[in-house]
Amino acid sequence: MKFSLPQLPYALDALEPRISKRTLEFHYGKHHQAYVNNLNKLILGTKFENADLETIIKEAEGGIYNNGAQVWNHTFYFSSLSPNGGGVPTGPLAEAINESFGSFDAFKEKFSEAAATLFGSGWAWLVKNDDGKLEIVKESNAGNPLRQGKVPILTCDVWEHAYYLDYQNKRPDYIQVFWDCVDWNIVGGRF
Amino acid sequence: MAFELPKLDYAYNALEPYIDAQTMEIHHTKHHGAYTSKLNAAIEGTDLANKSIEEILANVSQHSAAVRNNGGGYYNHNLFWKIMTPNGGGKPSGQLLEAIEKDFGSFEQFKETFNNAAASRFGSGWAWLVKQENGKLVVGSTPNQDNPLMDLSELKGTPILGLDVWEHAYYLKYQNKRPEYIDAFWNVVNWEEVAKRFSA
Repeated sequence: MKFSLPQLPYALDALEPRISKRTLEFHYGKHHQAYVNNLNKLILGTKFENADLETIIKEAEGGIYNNGAQVWNHTFYFSSLSPNGGGVPTGPLAEAINESFGSFDAFKEKFSEAAATLFGSGWAWLVKNDDGKLEIVKESNAGNPLRQGKVPILTCDVWEHAYYLDYQNKRPDYIQVFWDCVDWNIVGGRF
Repeated sequence: MAFELPKLDYAYNALEPYIDAQTMEIHHTKHHGAYTSKLNAAIEGTDLANKSIEEILANVSQHSAAVRNNGGGYYNHNLFWKIMTPNGGGKPSGQLLEAIEKDFGSFEQFKETFNNAAASRFGSGWAWLVKQENGKLVVGSTPNQDNPLMDLSELKGTPILGLDVWEHAYYLKYQNKRPEYIDAFWNVVNWEEVAKRFSA
């Protein structure tokens, strides 16, 4: 199966000033595109040539896993954000967050800490476990929780390329504006 | 005794145009500065507080993630600033060149191997030229702030040349083009310092 770069659901400058147009030009236009291109090259002639991304994430190793998971992760990340984001979740997701973390603020603090303390490149995730409970997990590099049978609900990219042009070493500043971009309608729909 | 952030032997803009002044300043004062203060916080009041950084790294598997990550970050950047100079580039000479030619075939082949190690390290990390205990030179890479002095590292030996391939090392100037940063690095390598570390 040949993969292609999905459309960004908003303009490159739509998240300004929180996430700059320049950052998205590279992050979406170069990094995400490169993962797609690399994946398409790497799967040729392998048993993953006709596989979908979920199968690749669950079964592949090395470069095919890294690039396949990064294609999925970036699509998921970009589609969690919106120029009309921010605020708080409602409905069943809000209830589940309260049940698992005590309150939305407690969840936000715990997720922000996970994102801030992940050492090196990687992703912070909100996932749903088998038992329906919510959990926060940190994954290095291309790590994707689907591999452990967990269902991703929300993710924050903390590779330096996600924020370095805008925030340099100040990852916590990026995490703070991330919350103003999260589209809780989309995230709640996933839940 | 607390570890100190070392001063650079050259100005922040001295490695221009290969590495820009803004990158150097943030990299040194903020990133290296944070590793230094976090390392000090992690060892304060423990028996590691009187050990050298080399001793700490040699048994790092027995210590916390904070010691591993920040101790590695402290040592790696110390080395990185030293093995670069505004008057760098060119080729090594003498015994180091002979050893490189013996172990890699030629200086060009060594460079290619090193470039590959630096470009293919997925995520954050370092590429290294390492002198093994038997004197042989090898090239490899380590993730995050690990290094070849660490007991838990697969690549082991004395690092004599290192290249930081965390995105913070090059993103302001090169963005996604890591290979261009790697190419530029060769223009600022301080071969005299690398030779000194080889002979030590």
